[in-house]
Amino acid sequence: MRILVVEDDKDVAGFVVKGLREAGHTVEHADNGRDGLFLAASENFDAIILDRMLPGGIDGLRLLETLRAQDNATPVVFLSALGQVDDRVKGLKAGGDDYLTKPFAFAELLARVEALTRRGKSDGPTTRLAVGDLEMDLLSRSVRRGVQKIDLQPREFRLLEYLMRHAGQVVTRTMLLEGVWDYHFDPQTNVIDVHVSRLRQKIDKPFELPLLHTVRNAGYMLRSEEV
Amino acid sequence: MDTTPPDRFGLRTAQTRRSSPRPPKRRAKPLIRSAGIRFALVYAAVFGVSAFALAFSLWYSTVGLLQRQVESAIRNDSVALNEHYEIGGLPSLVAAIHGRLSDAVDSDGIYLLQDALGNRIIGNLDVWPAGLDQTNTWYELPVSRQGVGSVALLRAYALPGGGQLLVGRDVRARAELRNVLRDALLWALVLMFALGIMGALLIRSLFRRMMRDISTTTRAIARGDLTRRIAKTGDGDEFDELAEIINDMLDRISRLMDGVRQVSNAIAHDLRTPITRARTRLEDASLHAHTAEDLQSAIERATLDLDGIVGVFEALLRIAEIEAGSRRAAFASIDLAPMLHDIDELYRAAAEERGLMLETAIGVHLPLLGDRDLVQQAVANLLDNALKFSATGTTVTFTARLDEAMVEITIADRGPGISDEDRNRATERFFRAESARSTSGSGLGLALVAAVAQLHNGTLMLADNHPGLRATISLPARLDKKER
Repeated sequence: MRILVVEDDKDVAGFVVKGLREAGHTVEHADNGRDGLFLAASENFDAIILDRMLPGGIDGLRLLETLRAQDNATPVVFLSALGQVDDRVKGLKAGGDDYLTKPFAFAELLARVEALTRRGKSDGPTTRLAVGDLEMDLLSRSVRRGVQKIDLQPREFRLLEYLMRHAGQVVTRTMLLEGVWDYHFDPQTNVIDVHVSRLRQKIDKPFELPLLHTVRNAGYMLRSEEV
Repeated sequence: MDTTPPDRFGLRTAQTRRSSPRPPKRRAKPLIRSAGIRFALVYAAVFGVSAFALAFSLWYSTVGLLQRQVESAIRNDSVALNEHYEIGGLPSLVAAIHGRLSDAVDSDGIYLLQDALGNRIIGNLDVWPAGLDQTNTWYELPVSRQGVGSVALLRAYALPGGGQLLVGRDVRARAELRNVLRDALLWALVLMFALGIMGALLIRSLFRRMMRDISTTTRAIARGDLTRRIAKTGDGDEFDELAEIINDMLDRISRLMDGVRQVSNAIAHDLRTPITRARTRLEDASLHAHTAEDLQSAIERATLDLDGIVGVFEALLRIAEIEAGSRRAAFASIDLAPMLHDIDELYRAAAEERGLMLETAIGVHLPLLGDRDLVQQAVANLLDNALKFSATGTTVTFTARLDEAMVEITIADRGPGISDEDRNRATERFFRAESARSTSGSGLGLALVAAVAQLHNGTLMLADNHPGLRATISLPARLDKKER
């Protein structure tokens, strides 16, 4: 994937660029709003990681608004030290697709950027999801693995649906809280882990090949072995 | 030179123990910029206008009344005389006038009858007054009666036979009365003006005296002495009310300042510990780690420590944001019931995992004007606590109901609870009861719950659950008119 990083802090930018390249992405970097806007408008990117406060007269919000005004729909993740709810709302209103507050864990940023680009590609409503021999029918709301039907609670169904839509990608606990429960803070209790382990009991336990994997220091990933 | 006595300054500097810069010398203000002078001027103006109105109405009612009385007397007299003329002709009229003059019933009466050629027939005026050339018109003219000059109100009538009749009244006495009255009123106005000025000065000095206490106190506070309060007069008047309001405000400011001081102390203390730990780990690793794995694990643990610090910062900022009240702008009408069911479902699994029973009873409809995310986080914090402190096999109850006009969310556990003396302090930032020291946590959870409750004009109540803790959030419900 081709990703543009617009970030003026050298250390943060260097760290993000290096991390993204290690994850196999092509990365361009701009350290001010003017260059960032020029790059974003003149070249094609799969995603943009954008700081809010930038030197060069154009801040992140202005940059994004200008970009959206030109009908450029490239997915944008804000990466900002402005963490209040109002700031977040402003960022999303300006056309941002996700908002991550500094300081951040790189795994979280990577997971969110990758999730976003996948979302950008899937157009048209899907009625069926499949990972390996695990199949989900969104119309009849039924799940089966191989020939065996699996009964899921409504919430477990939504959890699995979210994981399947992001199959092959790391999904963090915060992403699950936001995407499945519509929670916007981190509970102290390991509530997500418990739900994931219950889901795992149902879809993995009786089968030989595990699909739901725990990614250390990051979150979870649903994938069949061949990915 | 300052206008305030030096001994008070001495006292104040001793109180604050700070060499605060003296206030700029109080210069004589331009007169109009003094509120005292403005009030005084307004008072003088109101007083003057009302005095003038009073004098004018007095003048009008006395002098005017006299004038109208004289006019009606003359008119009646002339009507009577005209009747004499119509019935008995000129001789009858002459006789009537003669009768009046000799009767001297009304010594002020003035009559003059002359024929068509202007010859005087009868009357007590020597000559036809100069300037009286129209009939049926009021004149006030100087006249001469038997050689004595006077002033008279006069009216001339044309007789059908060609003669002219002049009827009038001597009004010299009335004119004198008018002059006396005018002089008296003028003097009264001068006196009122003087009284107005004096009253104004009095008001100004009263005003100043009442302001002085407030201004000295607030000036002292501006210089940093927050212990000062405005003395009340005890009269229960408006200035007392003002003093009370200002004192309340000062109490609140002082509480907030205490809060800030306490929080900054707590931050300094409570963040020092994890920062020290992270720093120690990293330094220890750089000095003593022999293998790459040692180094790796030290870095990972230090990162976790830093994440914890970041979490504390975020919680603090969030509480500050809530306490600032800016989120009220985003309040919406919500039903808490589905959201609480979601939380219940989210935590039920975790509770069962820990061998706890979660007993839940959530009302059908819990309407509220508020911030869904914040209430969600508050309830989640209470459940986090309940789960954290409960021993395996015990029960946590989670109830939410509509009680009169309040939505009451209660979470009760059978854990160690909070002792009576700690309960009041439990919602302070960073406060951790002795029994909770060994568990993980930042001491910010309940502070956030309390802040959320307060933002919604509600309360957080902590009570003994015998044993355990019983935390109740009461929020004012939003009842539609049809539901009332």
